[in-house]
Amino acid sequence: MRKKTTYRNPVSTSKYTGLLLISPFLIGVAAFFIYPFISSFIMSLYNYRMNITPDFIGIDNYKNILSDKAVTESFCVTLKYIFTLVPLKMIFSLCVALILNIELKYMGVFRTIYYIPSTLGSNIAIIILWRYLFTTDGLVNQVLGITGLPAVSWYGEPVPALWTIVLLRVWEFGSCMVIFLAALRDIPKEQYEAAKVDGCGKVRAFFRITLPAIKNVFIMNFIIQLITAFQEFNAPFLITGGNPLKKTYTFAMLIYDEAFAYNNFGYANALSWILFTVTFIVISIILILWNRLKKD
Amino acid sequence: MRKFLIYTFLAISSIIMIYPLLWLFGASMKSNSEIFTSIWFIPEKIDFSAYINAWKSAGGYTILHFLKNTLLIIIPKILFAVISSSVTAYGFARFDFPFRKTAFALLFAVMLMPQIATMLPTYIMWREIGVLDTYIPLTLPSLFACEGVFVFILIQFFGGIPKELDEAAAIDGCGALKTLFYIHAPCIRPAIISIAVFTFLWTMNDFMTPLIYISSVEKYPLSLALRMSMDSTGQGYEQNKIIAMSILGLIPSISVFGLAQKQFTSGITTGGVSG
Repeated sequence: MRKKTTYRNPVSTSKYTGLLLISPFLIGVAAFFIYPFISSFIMSLYNYRMNITPDFIGIDNYKNILSDKAVTESFCVTLKYIFTLVPLKMIFSLCVALILNIELKYMGVFRTIYYIPSTLGSNIAIIILWRYLFTTDGLVNQVLGITGLPAVSWYGEPVPALWTIVLLRVWEFGSCMVIFLAALRDIPKEQYEAAKVDGCGKVRAFFRITLPAIKNVFIMNFIIQLITAFQEFNAPFLITGGNPLKKTYTFAMLIYDEAFAYNNFGYANALSWILFTVTFIVISIILILWNRLKKD
Repeated sequence: MRKFLIYTFLAISSIIMIYPLLWLFGASMKSNSEIFTSIWFIPEKIDFSAYINAWKSAGGYTILHFLKNTLLIIIPKILFAVISSSVTAYGFARFDFPFRKTAFALLFAVMLMPQIATMLPTYIMWREIGVLDTYIPLTLPSLFACEGVFVFILIQFFGGIPKELDEAAAIDGCGALKTLFYIHAPCIRPAIISIAVFTFLWTMNDFMTPLIYISSVEKYPLSLALRMSMDSTGQGYEQNKIIAMSILGLIPSISVFGLAQKQFTSGITTGGVSG
């Protein structure tokens, strides 16, 4: 990151040049972040529907959310999804990054192969692929059949259905892994050599040298994964449609449906605000705990 | 021995990673019945007829039409994103100005903002302006450096450019923007390529934004067109057509990634970006 300097740029002596240069960004923040937040909050206080004059109902939307079973259920689904996906993806990414960090030939080729799925993200073609992989007589069940395992009704039961989405996102672990890999490359080799001379084993070297060195990247990566998982929409919307029994119906899908399927924009905005608040609180807690941990 | 174990692990796992894509490619040339009976990706008899059906696509338009629509969104987006993020990053990296720290914190906050939370009010804003079902809501935001990640990558690249260059430029009479375009632009080229590639891939992958804003089939980008055929195909027949369509839909992303792969990986490893 850039050092804090009192550097005076020679090409321009005015202290407002910089401000002028970043003005597009400032306008963008005002138009696409600050304004939406304020208007979202205001709308959440109304019974706001398209083509009908909105009427003010105070905090009724929020009260209704508290007693709405659909909200609690989709919130639980989202939590279940996050708690399965994020640890799995993080650990897997870190392990693969550790292996790819070993200096051997052709590591670049493997890195590229692992990276490809993550560049395809929620590309609809990947969604189609996934639907075919996990249908009753799809590739996954055929492979299970060959190894003698019973076929799974992936989309027919709640737990396997959620797993199809988790597996899709774990399959796309490349971008998460590359970030770890970049951090691992920055650790000076001398540290490991010194540790070896002192008789320090591999496992201890990992906990004493590697983990402390990548901790900032780790926490940053963790937060990014958390936010992404919390907003999961495309995969459940297109692969499972929230089924069976709404057990893959995520919070983001609920917001979308309330707004665009039931024309209930006021309520949907209140839900958006809850999503934002929860994200904000969770990130703050992580960062506060993190700072505490650093001081000890 | 240790080497052998590592390579075995890497080989097996990369086969698992890549096999679904190979299978999809193979399935596009299989007959409908073979798709669900064989796990081997090479078809018994290669049959390109699915591609002919896929090319005709759906809703009375060819797949080329939807690809053109996608490009109409992607190209302005790339231009906007590259220009706005470079200028913004330049401002942050090279100038001191009032509230610099606050603006920098905003950049960070924008990056962590859940997109879903701002989606609805933004939609209503565009609706009131009256530009629903046009590409404006999809492209215009890129003009305002709203991808914090891009600005971060660029700031790091600017950090690697010696400040003496700016001084030399000043002596030769360059202003702030001239310095950016003539002196810095060549140095930040890898970052610019990464931004272009990311914008391309993310726009190809984006489903929710066009889903909300674009309602007429004529204006559908590839993602919505594919979804339309996916829903209308249903179970039973024409499976290979939809698979062939999705292969055609993957080709742009994979080829762009392949072409830019070298420059691109250097960009991500320095910037630390998530895809």
